[in-house]
Amino acid sequence: MWNKSYCLYCELPLEEETTWKSLFLGDEKKNEFCTECLMKLQAIEGKRCKICSRPQDEEGICRDCQRWEEDPAWQGVLSRNLSLYTYNEFLKELMARYKYRGDYILIFGFKKQLKKILAEVTFDLAVPIPLSKERLFERGFNQSEAGLAAMDLRPIYALKRKHSEKQSKKSREERIHLEEVFLPTEEDISGKNILLFDDIYTTGSTLRHAGRVLKESGALQISSITIARS
Amino acid sequence: MKIHLKPLIPFSFSTELQIYLTGRALPYDELTDFHPILEKHITSGYVGWMDGLSQGTCHRCGNTESHLFGEMPCSRCGKTCTYCRKCIMMGRVNACSRLHVWTGPHLEYLLKEEPLKWSGKLSPQQAEASRKAIEAVKTHSILLIWAVCGAGKTEILFEAIAEAIHTGKRVCLAAPRTDVVLELGPRLKAAFPGIEIAVLYGGSEDRHHHGQLVISTTHQLYRYRDAFDLMIIDEVDAFPFSGDPSLEYAAQKSRRETSSLIYLTATPSSEFKARVKKGVLDAAIIPARYHRHSIPVPELSWCGNWEKSFAKKTIPKAVSKWLAERLQFSTPFLLFFPNIKIMEEALPLFQRLHPDIQYVHAEDPNRKEKVQSLRENKVPGLLTTTILERGVTIPRLEAAVLGTEKPIFTESALVQIAGRVGRSADHPTGNISFFHYGKTEEMLDAVSHIKQMNAEAKRRDLIVE
Ligand SMILES: [Zn+2]
Ligand SMILES: [Zn+2]
Ligand SMILES: [Zn+2]
Ligand SMILES: [Zn+2]
Repeated sequence: MWNKSYCLYCELPLEEETTWKSLFLGDEKKNEFCTECLMKLQAIEGKRCKICSRPQDEEGICRDCQRWEEDPAWQGVLSRNLSLYTYNEFLKELMARYKYRGDYILIFGFKKQLKKILAEVTFDLAVPIPLSKERLFERGFNQSEAGLAAMDLRPIYALKRKHSEKQSKKSREERIHLEEVFLPTEEDISGKNILLFDDIYTTGSTLRHAGRVLKESGALQISSITIARS
Repeated sequence: MKIHLKPLIPFSFSTELQIYLTGRALPYDELTDFHPILEKHITSGYVGWMDGLSQGTCHRCGNTESHLFGEMPCSRCGKTCTYCRKCIMMGRVNACSRLHVWTGPHLEYLLKEEPLKWSGKLSPQQAEASRKAIEAVKTHSILLIWAVCGAGKTEILFEAIAEAIHTGKRVCLAAPRTDVVLELGPRLKAAFPGIEIAVLYGGSEDRHHHGQLVISTTHQLYRYRDAFDLMIIDEVDAFPFSGDPSLEYAAQKSRRETSSLIYLTATPSSEFKARVKKGVLDAAIIPARYHRHSIPVPELSWCGNWEKSFAKKTIPKAVSKWLAERLQFSTPFLLFFPNIKIMEEALPLFQRLHPDIQYVHAEDPNRKEKVQSLRENKVPGLLTTTILERGVTIPRLEAAVLGTEKPIFTESALVQIAGRVGRSADHPTGNISFFHYGKTEEMLDAVSHIKQMNAEAKRRDLIVE
């Protein structure tokens, strides 16, 4: 039986070349984006911030990262973040469908690109960022864990969520600098390099909060991968 | 589809929930306001439920295509759980989801003596079709209303809707496109002022309203089940209805078992025409416009290899001549293109003829504003994709198609495009040109379709000229 494959996002049939390839690959899941969808994604290339991958005119560290690094409480908490794409309109729509509509398998469309970027990271353990109970029920899955699954990584549950308080009531400053949302679990991570995954890097605050708790539990270096850099 | 149902234990049920859920089938996440009382209604038999997905079928949208299902590790059921990707824009339905339905006492509408407050008058041919529609409502049968563009289709429905409402029935008027729903909403609200009307489209405010009369995009019908005594489907031939089996499924699913179905179209598919011819589908055919002038017949005009011309940065002669005439007499025009890419590339060439010429396409956020500025003569004309083939009514408008031989220009698309011209009683004529690089069956069929309707109208003495 001839099995046609379709673009994971726009649902148009994929070119036959791909179909042939996937026939030979046999069991390999055929979750792919079509060439046109891929062309709408804008890869992050060239000069960028050494820590967070924000595209900028010179090498070095961006202003936001400098602010984090100047604060002793946050210094060195995140060694390096790698992001695949800029958060353009197309990716915004795609991520909205992934995260808010809950189209879980969309993340697997990035598998190839994620694995490529993964080769640049040195780490021992991959730790998912936990979701609050309410959010997890609402969404049905954890998007950070899904990203690790797309990279074929086994998740180590070294973080749990502190019981939820209303985040929105506090100012941005308070949220970034005061509130601990994560707690360590029993997992022994001392002396290990850790990889985190999140869908989008916006302020870097979620990743750094997670990173700080892990460092306090003895982790060596924290790296992260995200699909988008906004 | 199996409905799981507990025996009825009488208790004072929530009428809000009854009103909300009657005629719908909704997942837990769409019943947020009722979460605290939902379980009690289920255990007492007032609410039943069915599986969201089973046997490879999504029971909300009818999807059965394997590539439109996904699998996920589900935190609700703790298993690897299949979900439907086809209707995911309305929230996810998983294998572990339940679609809740109302199984308590029936919701009865207050009987309205004269729900229709409309003072307009139907033309004799509209009145004839209206009588057939009323008959279909009374006898729970199926009717096709085949009316040319500009025949006044909506007015034909008024009496039939009134008949249904008057007898306590629930009515749905479904159209494939949001534009049409937005246009119909106010007209029906004005005609039926005392009736609860819900206007539904993606992102509409009325999503939670009940509505004895529901005006909806076909997509929104996914939420309904066993709801309507009269279902009217407008533009039954139009994209996306004809190409998408799940919308057909939604329309069928949302009708009650004993109900009436009225299809409306200006360009029925060959399948519909065949059913009418065989006598298995009852039809009311209206071949003339309400203003009783015949429909302008398209002129076919060979324009050479227009793609090559554009590559050389020139507009084909026949086309630029047509355009110059429209510009000279300030006649508003639409020029239809087979796709966005060619249109985008050609725009600068056309702007050399007039700097204010613009283009519109389906994803253009300013589509409405651009059409409005054409109506107000602020722009001389628009280049467009087939998105404007329906629904646009502008006095004195003339139209042309470029690359008419391309497959996107089907008979029905071309008849609709021609239907944009000569719609107002003050200007019942106008030019419609099909520029092509080789004739196709479709364009010839479109021309003969229009000629046939005109001939039929003459035969029935419906034309004044
Ligand atoms: Zn695609
Ligand atoms: Zn940075
Ligand atoms: Zn579905
Ligand atoms: Zn589940």
